[in-house]
Amino acid sequence: MPALMSDTETIARQFIQALPHSRALGMELVSIGEGVAVMAMPYNPELVGDPQTGVIHGGAVSALMDTASGTAVMCHPQAGFSTATLDLRIDYMRPATPGQTIRARAECHHVTRTVAFVRAVATDDDESRPVAMATGAFTVERAER
Amino acid sequence: MKRPEPVAVVKQRREGLLRALVDEVPYIRFMGIRFDRRGDELTAVLPYRDDLIGNPVLPALHGGATAGFLEIAAMIELAWSTLWEGVEAEGALPQGPLRLPKTIDFTVDYLRAGLPRDAYARARVNRSGRRYASVHVEAWQDNRARLFAQGTGHFLMPGSGTAK
Repeated sequence: MPALMSDTETIARQFIQALPHSRALGMELVSIGEGVAVMAMPYNPELVGDPQTGVIHGGAVSALMDTASGTAVMCHPQAGFSTATLDLRIDYMRPATPGQTIRARAECHHVTRTVAFVRAVATDDDESRPVAMATGAFTVERAER
Repeated sequence: MKRPEPVAVVKQRREGLLRALVDEVPYIRFMGIRFDRRGDELTAVLPYRDDLIGNPVLPALHGGATAGFLEIAAMIELAWSTLWEGVEAEGALPQGPLRLPKTIDFTVDYLRAGLPRDAYARARVNRSGRRYASVHVEAWQDNRARLFAQGTGHFLMPGSGTAK
């Protein structure tokens, strides 16, 4: 259903642009599918955690992972219209290369009546070596409740 | 017995160490995080700003802003507590730029929605070895006893990573 998909994408895009903190960090929605979201965060010197190397701080990467994960939950057909993070664990595998955009691909891989489970991977230009990985649990909000 | 140091000297040294750890990090400035110090006890403060909001409908703090705040609080507490003894004994900051610990992993537990107001966090170093450290951090807003988030992270101590 391409028409429906593009409507969903428009709504999702508007929703993401309306999240003040995501906007402050310069995040952009790259693509969404059923239970999948890809978001990008261009390099910004204001987000550096280590001034000696120019590497982006983990906190900003966490925010990107959290936003991509929440978006993945919201565009899962069984997960409903809204969500909140219950917990999110991030493993930092290597520093992101300074100057490069960080991309996070989140996948909502399982949904119960009450909880959505997500995993996410963040990469820079070298997509073969992940920068960080995340696993999280999110709330499932349903309109009928 | 040695005469106690003048209080101004003590305060200047301790504030100097805190500033050396915090002031050079752009992301801490971006978030607007500052640290209150009472002796060796640090409280991280995240003053409320509209651009920290995630869900504008509620409104609630962005989970990513909360995560970043907790990670900063944990990381600075770890660096601070590691350097404290040496700086107090030497009466001066170590030579050269201070390196912060590197985060290995960080887990955030969201207990309730972050309200659109100031947030506070205190971290506790549960284990600090030569190479690795484990730090727990708790964050609250109105009531110290009603946490809105907590986190645990593992960190690599500066200078223990790649062989040089």
